[in-house]
Amino acid sequence: MSKWYMLTLVGKDRPGIVSHVAGALYEGGCNLGEASMMRLGGNFTIMLMVKFDGKQKQLEELVSTVADSMALKLHVDAIDAELHHHVIPDIRISVYGADRAGIVAKVTQALEEVGFNILDLESDVAGTEDKPIYIMHIEGTASEGFDAVKAILDIMSKEEGVDTKISRFDTLIG
Amino acid sequence: MPLLPILQYPDERLKQVSQPVEHFDDELRAFIADLEQTMRAGPGGVGIAAPQVGRFQRIAIVDVSSKPNIEHHGRLILINPEITEWDGMKIGREGCMSVPDYTGNVIRAEKIRITARDEFGTSQSYDMHGYEARAVQHEVDHLDGLLFLDRLVSRRNDLFQRKVYK
Ligand SMILES: [Zn+2]
Repeated sequence: MSKWYMLTLVGKDRPGIVSHVAGALYEGGCNLGEASMMRLGGNFTIMLMVKFDGKQKQLEELVSTVADSMALKLHVDAIDAELHHHVIPDIRISVYGADRAGIVAKVTQALEEVGFNILDLESDVAGTEDKPIYIMHIEGTASEGFDAVKAILDIMSKEEGVDTKISRFDTLIG
Repeated sequence: MPLLPILQYPDERLKQVSQPVEHFDDELRAFIADLEQTMRAGPGGVGIAAPQVGRFQRIAIVDVSSKPNIEHHGRLILINPEITEWDGMKIGREGCMSVPDYTGNVIRAEKIRITARDEFGTSQSYDMHGYEARAVQHEVDHLDGLLFLDRLVSRRNDLFQRKVYK
């Protein structure tokens, strides 16, 4: 019986990583599920759901050849797939400001306190080396409503000196 | 009145361009009643277009009145609709009854003027903005064989176009 696995691959970015990994998985009889692949700093990162008709050990062997050839570190976990059950976010938050330690921890702890559940978080360090800025986009759902999240973000802005922007989105189904 | 089965992507027929309605008769009005019931049966559906149920005529229904705190025109029957003016642009999240379990960001005009006939063939004109204008643009796209999947923009970097300005 086929099982789902989460594959994590990380290494120095270079051309061809995605096509080599996808090719090896295809030739090995895997089906791919949802994925996030992204360059973070100079590294290329892959989080990839893979359906495979075999044991974890066999999948690791299958992928390790291509991972070694592209100098990628590999990690495999057996997972529950839960496809076709996307949770629709209803709030988007942007936080940005001068980069310094603790922004993510403080903001996300505050959000957790008001019942905000993060579905997606992306952040970038931009600006220059001497004046880095931190930019974070978060999407999620608010169990205690928009106003509670907005209030805590206003406090964050004042206390931490970051700019925050919150918008509600009402997904249109048509 | 039966609920009509909804075509789901990758059904090729969703890419077909629909033809104008010529006869405003009882058969048309009976179909519109079924189409409306089908729209209202869908969870959170605020619009539907005839090609989504396999009738390739330029007919759409939009009703965003269930959404709180927005201006709207109530229940709109839009036959042979033409968007004649566009103004502004805004990103918003859309999904579609013909594309289950997926939502994505789409840029739409913020304000539009639309002319259309109602179910009796009378010409109507509406100025609208925001959520209602988005719904109408989504449905008019269906009449031209376009899905919101054809208009997706990246989720990333919608606040900052580029990281480094030189
Ligand atoms: Zn649609």
